[in-house]
Amino acid sequence: MTAIDYSQKIPNNVNLSSDKRLQRALENWQPDYIDWWQSAGPTDFSQNDIYLRTAVSVEKDGWAHFDYVKMPDYRWGIFLEPGTSERKIGFGDHAEEQAWQEVPGEYRNWLRRLIVTQADTEPASVEQQRLLGHSAPSLYDLRNLFQVNVEEGRHLWAMVYLLHSYFGRDGREEAAELLERRSGNADHPRILGTFNEPCGDWLSFFCFTMFTDRDGKFQLLALAESGFDPLARTCRFMLTEEAHHLFVGQTGIGRVIKRTSEVMVENPGKDVREYGAIPLDLIQRYINFWASSSTDLYGAEISSNAANFFRSGLKGRAYETRYEDHQALEVPYAVDRFIDGKLDRQEVPMRNAMNEVLRDEYIKDNLKGINYWNRIPEKEGVEFEFHLPHRRFNRTIGDYAAGRFDLEGQLIDEATWNSKVDEWLPTPEDYEFVKSLMIPERERGKFASWIAAPPRGINSQNIDFEYAKL
Amino acid sequence: MTATATEPGCAERISFQASPETYRHWTLAVDGDLATLTMDVDPGGGLKEGYELKLNSYDLGVDIELADCISRLRFEHPQVRCVTITGNSDRVFCAGANIVMLRTSQHGFKVNFCKFTNETRLYLEDASENSNMRFLAALNGTASGGGYELAIACDKILLIDDRNSAVSYPEVPLLGVLPGTGGLTRITDKRQLRRDLCDVFACVAEGIKGKRAVEWNLVDRIAPLSKWEEEVASMARKTADELPLRDVQGITLDPIVGVWDGDELRYKFVTLKFDRAARTVQLELRAPEECPTSAAAAHGQGSNFWALRAFRELDEALLELRFNEPEIALVLVRATGSASTVQTTDALLADSDHWFTRETLHLQKRVLKRLDLTAKSFYAVVDRGTAFVGSFLELLLACDRSYILNDPDIEVRLGVTAANGGSLPMSNGISRLATRFLADPELAAAVLDEGPQLFDAERADELGLATYAPDEIDWEDELRIAIEERAAFSPDALTGMEANLRFAGPETMETKIFGRLSAWQNWIFQRPNAVGERGALTCYGTPQSPEFSRLRT
Repeated sequence: MTAIDYSQKIPNNVNLSSDKRLQRALENWQPDYIDWWQSAGPTDFSQNDIYLRTAVSVEKDGWAHFDYVKMPDYRWGIFLEPGTSERKIGFGDHAEEQAWQEVPGEYRNWLRRLIVTQADTEPASVEQQRLLGHSAPSLYDLRNLFQVNVEEGRHLWAMVYLLHSYFGRDGREEAAELLERRSGNADHPRILGTFNEPCGDWLSFFCFTMFTDRDGKFQLLALAESGFDPLARTCRFMLTEEAHHLFVGQTGIGRVIKRTSEVMVENPGKDVREYGAIPLDLIQRYINFWASSSTDLYGAEISSNAANFFRSGLKGRAYETRYEDHQALEVPYAVDRFIDGKLDRQEVPMRNAMNEVLRDEYIKDNLKGINYWNRIPEKEGVEFEFHLPHRRFNRTIGDYAAGRFDLEGQLIDEATWNSKVDEWLPTPEDYEFVKSLMIPERERGKFASWIAAPPRGINSQNIDFEYAKL
Repeated sequence: MTATATEPGCAERISFQASPETYRHWTLAVDGDLATLTMDVDPGGGLKEGYELKLNSYDLGVDIELADCISRLRFEHPQVRCVTITGNSDRVFCAGANIVMLRTSQHGFKVNFCKFTNETRLYLEDASENSNMRFLAALNGTASGGGYELAIACDKILLIDDRNSAVSYPEVPLLGVLPGTGGLTRITDKRQLRRDLCDVFACVAEGIKGKRAVEWNLVDRIAPLSKWEEEVASMARKTADELPLRDVQGITLDPIVGVWDGDELRYKFVTLKFDRAARTVQLELRAPEECPTSAAAAHGQGSNFWALRAFRELDEALLELRFNEPEIALVLVRATGSASTVQTTDALLADSDHWFTRETLHLQKRVLKRLDLTAKSFYAVVDRGTAFVGSFLELLLACDRSYILNDPDIEVRLGVTAANGGSLPMSNGISRLATRFLADPELAAAVLDEGPQLFDAERADELGLATYAPDEIDWEDELRIAIEERAAFSPDALTGMEANLRFAGPETMETKIFGRLSAWQNWIFQRPNAVGERGALTCYGTPQSPEFSRLRT
């Protein structure tokens, strides 16, 4: 076996060079990972130098080392937020006990399930986005896409590190299967529905990074509270990267809105499509689709699993420290159940409603994004208001999947739904039109017709910086 | 499937009748020699209030329909050679028995629920063994707990391979109970997994999926998502083709309707007469004067064929006693009517190769097994006008005791037929006579040697068929005291005693399921670690975590 300088090849702060078990596992897994990247990751750009950020250490600034790199040579590292061994579990039945540095046998299977479910989303999004490089509206956006992709790849590494280090043979098998499932594959799809949705155009990509990656943010926030310390510290480090993905989504949609607003002001009364811009109501339909699909990701309103994960100290609430009561046993949670065709407000034990509690935080955060977007047409002098669809709208998981609800969450019948659905969700014509705009713009500093330039570049570089050498 | 509160006994009487037109949880589609039984449980269709049947989880109502389906396949669709059991729920085949239902049920109901579901799965296996019919479990998603237990009752298991769907027994790790619907027995005795692998399997809540499930023989095959329908169809076809094709015409099973009259529940051939103060019930099974003498004639009568109807009614009566009459302690069994009808019919069922008469015999076998497994005391009361002959004599042999009125002036009729020679075996695989005379097979042979002649009380006593054979002077008092004594004992002790005494002789998978698995399960069901305030079953689905007493008993 050739000696590998692990700290060079795989930047890490987990003593990889002295951990024989982890080395052995990664040696087997890493070639499969590269194969996966080549066959399921971004197409055709593997030989191009891309201006990417690599996390090389957990020191200040270490997480943001910028340089040109060819993606397959990207140094996918393993980083945990530096921790103190003094950390206490912050919630559930084990609150105030010492956080676990090893997997508690009692919770081994639940924990593995949690990690696998989270891990499965990471490569999924790379797969969903693999063709987008060909239609990037600018070098700046192309680079952002690839940054998101390599970081999702790194997040997969982070989860695989946990599986390899703490879950023995089962963990190695699960790690292998993470590379076998494929987004949208007819035989072995990704675990969660949204991660099998096609993400075929850039408007979808921005919506995905806005809404679906934001689910990721809240799942990571909840797991960052975990009593299993390695998981908590891994997730905290991942959150710094996830923030960039959300930035790409929120500002991406913002720039599309800005461009459309500009066109509307310059050409009053005209159809913005003629100028290669995307109508605001079409953007709203995309928002409706991706926001509702991503809202599904939190699972059913009432969940035994969620209660189990909380009580056992494996998965907390986002920002758990902001709560006063970390037991969540006394105060019930009011939830609108939808049973036998009727809405009924019920008080349920908070622990069983943890999916809903997390979804609440998610929705609040989404609303901030909507507000940010609404300031853009306002500033340009265009009257238009974006809305977040109600949580009951267009759901396929949980109580509300059994009924039809409008954008405000009112129960409607099937006929009404059918007559309105084309106003609410993207139509084949919408997709067709957006697709027609997906013409790559590869000149430095230039942007496609449907999107405005960003106010500033990456890492203080100019907007016309050569973010990708094609 | 309804629960109504119109009759005495249990506050809410459960009905055991179902028919495909009113199924809430299953659809049965028959296409030539293939049938598909699709589980599509209506979440709001629970038998009782207070739980939702999510994820294709089941309660008694769902299982009553399943039992009905199997019965109808055997009688109404005898040409069917392969039955595919599948689900209509996305990603989940069946999540097993509903946990909230179990948690909120009384112990006695829980025990009877489990017993019924066990009987249903054995009935399915009996169809596979005897009715030219194979069962294919097409697991279109995860099959957990009772879901997988249903699958291993089938002959073959096909599992979808979407890298996610698994088969599992989550009872021990999640609920602190056992996979008690035959689960732990079939995995070792039927699929014959290595015990250490069984141990691992029964401790991993999320189960085993894909290739490993095949390697461990938990399933027979896996099929990818995109080829699922194709694989199911081809496996069903192949399974059907392994059996001979039958050109047979099914019958229609008419509903069994009992009519209440005061303290009596009357069917055509069966009557239950309750004495609730004494906690007893008289169960009478009557043979008619007339009966068909050929298999074709019997088939022509369909579900009105008396031997079929009488035992279906007996089945219904037994379920009434189990579920709707929990306080009844003792069943006094009398067989009456025409002895020659029973003799003629038993001979017909024994000799004929006709599918319908064979199927009727298997139904009689099953109903008698249900009697063996009913947690009530049974006394056979052989007094004036009774005729314990052949298949009716099996009732006497199934009883815990027999009281035979031995008086020269009063006629009681007993007799043997082919039905006593082993065609109606107990769960232990041997006849009731053989079980009774385990020490001396010659005594069993002596009874059978009586031949077609009826014999009287005196002879019955000599043959060892009477527990007591008092004369008319002692009769009433003997019987009264025996009844009062029985009704006074601890019902639990009686149930345990009877269940031990009834099944002498060999062990089979069936006896292991009822005698070992169920007994342990019923013990666990009573223990604080399962059902105490912080027991696992109590806490499941609630915010509380279970707390166990750490003492091994």
